[in-house]
Amino acid sequence: MSNRAELLDLAAGLFLLCAVAILWRRDVRAQTAWLSGQGIALAAIAAILGAQDARPDLYGVAAGVALLRAALLPTLVRRAIAARAEDRESAPLINVGASLLAAVALVLLAYTVAQPLVRLEDTPAARALPVGLSVVLIGLLILVTRRKALSQIVGFLLLDNGITAVAFLAAAGVPLLVEFGVSFDLLLAVLVLRVLTARMRNLFGGSDLDEMRELRD
Amino acid sequence: MDLLLLLLPIAAPLLAALGYALAGWRRPTAHLGTAAAAVILGGAIALAVRVTRDAPLDALGGWLHADALSAFLLLVVGAVATLACAASPGYLAAEHAHGGGSGRRYGVLVQFFLAAMCLGALAGNLGVAWIAIEATTIVTAFLVGFGHTRAAVEAAWKYTVVCSVGIALALLGIVVLYDAARHAGLSEATALNPRVLTAHAGALDPAVTRMATAFMILGFGAKAGLAPLHAWLPDAHSQAPAPVSALMSGVLLAVAFVQILRVKQIADAALGPAFARTLLLITGLATLAVAALLLLAQRDYKRMLAYSSMEHMGLIAVAAAIGTRLALAALLLHIAGHGLAKTVAFTASGHLLRAEHTTRIDQVRALAIRRPALGGVLAAAILALLGLPPFSLFASELGIARAGFAAHLGVPVTAAFLLALLAFAALARHTAGMLLGDEDPGASGGATQPVAAARLGPAAWGPLVTGLVTVAALGVTAWPVTTLLGLAAQGGR
Repeated sequence: MSNRAELLDLAAGLFLLCAVAILWRRDVRAQTAWLSGQGIALAAIAAILGAQDARPDLYGVAAGVALLRAALLPTLVRRAIAARAEDRESAPLINVGASLLAAVALVLLAYTVAQPLVRLEDTPAARALPVGLSVVLIGLLILVTRRKALSQIVGFLLLDNGITAVAFLAAAGVPLLVEFGVSFDLLLAVLVLRVLTARMRNLFGGSDLDEMRELRD
Repeated sequence: MDLLLLLLPIAAPLLAALGYALAGWRRPTAHLGTAAAAVILGGAIALAVRVTRDAPLDALGGWLHADALSAFLLLVVGAVATLACAASPGYLAAEHAHGGGSGRRYGVLVQFFLAAMCLGALAGNLGVAWIAIEATTIVTAFLVGFGHTRAAVEAAWKYTVVCSVGIALALLGIVVLYDAARHAGLSEATALNPRVLTAHAGALDPAVTRMATAFMILGFGAKAGLAPLHAWLPDAHSQAPAPVSALMSGVLLAVAFVQILRVKQIADAALGPAFARTLLLITGLATLAVAALLLLAQRDYKRMLAYSSMEHMGLIAVAAAIGTRLALAALLLHIAGHGLAKTVAFTASGHLLRAEHTTRIDQVRALAIRRPALGGVLAAAILALLGLPPFSLFASELGIARAGFAAHLGVPVTAAFLLALLAFAALARHTAGMLLGDEDPGASGGATQPVAAARLGPAAWGPLVTGLVTVAALGVTAWPVTTLLGLAAQGGR
């Protein structure tokens, strides 16, 4: 049992590490590589929980998570990167050092906020749960502070990975039908955002969101 | 039979979408969408009769469910969809005349949009409702960006990102609630079923439920146009094609808000009414304040209508916070009245935009003389939105105010109505300017003469007049839906 608990902590640790690395790298191409790594860590969490609870169905879920979040979604983002170098930068509003400090604060906040959930059941999985919430908050930080279209998609994917991690660590995942529907919606949302990014490049000559100011009050 | 009744409203628009995908948008298929919307309306009436006579319906092991609340919501969706789809051929014909827009894509996306909303209304499971509501974001993103202009792409981007992120927070809330429910001993299949959750609310961990409720109100609130995640709304509603704006403003906001009502039921049973009430009062008053202030300085009439939607959603949130039977019945009547009146207003604004080639309020003057019929319809729709009799919004606003004072919430309710009064003044002043205002002296002289009657056939006037007459009829007597309203306001049944 302790062996599996250690593995779970390791996977959760890697999951959080990937989120911090995404915050640290400015190049979107590098960010998508870390996003793939995070998808693998998330699939590992599902697989370890499957082994622990003797639920073979979770192996299938883990395979699906790996396919979607480690392969498909990062590839979709990578393919949308434009040839021009200026589009690859994620243009942070606050510098990387300050972002990392903010991330530390967010992790502390996540541990505080998640206390009621951890108290609900004292298992290794529940103790690792604040990691998922931390990644949700880091995703929100990226969404707020990075003003390039692709960085926003990366932030959104981070947010969603975090929520999925919370679902696995808290209750070994939501019902399969719901999980499937959520994944499908996520895939379509990313496709929509990709098409919009391409249109934005055509019309604005770039994907800097601050260029868009037609609609103001 | 139950399954058929529950599947019909979802399947009809899906079939119509298939029809558009295969046949494209031609003269014979133009009203396919209207037919599908009419099937939704018919199915909703059948469901309403079943629910009031017998009991709520369940199908597919509780994944689909219709109680009085969902039947009422579906009724509004069907009515608004029928009007909006009936107005669509006219809208597209004009777009084609200007060489823009693909009818096929429009037809397919609008029908998918309707199917997703019906699924959201009939979902018997919070997870399914979430999937349906996120699906509405995905299909409407391209409808908002239909115009392919810079403004349309900007609006579509903001809409997709803000709504997807907002609704992701609701998903986090659902996951947290699921955790609490599983620890309360509920099975995997029932742990997201609002009725089961309400019945077992006593066993839910209070601290975890509080967290889940806050996330869900914030998240579904984003999609319902409530502060603080409302920034997408004026952009999306002003950029979308007029019939789509009508659907988004008239019913999509309501479908999202009904999920908040379901969450509130669970939270009230688990935590007592104070927690959800406080959250809803804060968000409702904040929404009203934002809407009223931005209405004052508004220069664009489509954005003006969008902010008016926010004003009404804020008022609806305050009514939900009051939460008594009277308040909930008034809330539902308000949803119906606002949906129909806003559909007429947006459709009329679409005709106006085509005739005047501008959305600026100060460039549209003297409508009462130049386009008396269209100006008259727009004015009547805005009078309805202002809450004047005989329209039903008068009765529902009065009901909300009475319920608020009866529940000893006089201070927040007074604040809400003062803000609504501010919005009233702004909306009235802008509309009066458009109808009666003098032509800008700098503009070309003589434009106050009546123009050649805009070429709007009976097909264009039909939806407008039907919508107005229905809102007025609902204001005079709500008898066809009184029983249903009473049951829906009771909650649970």
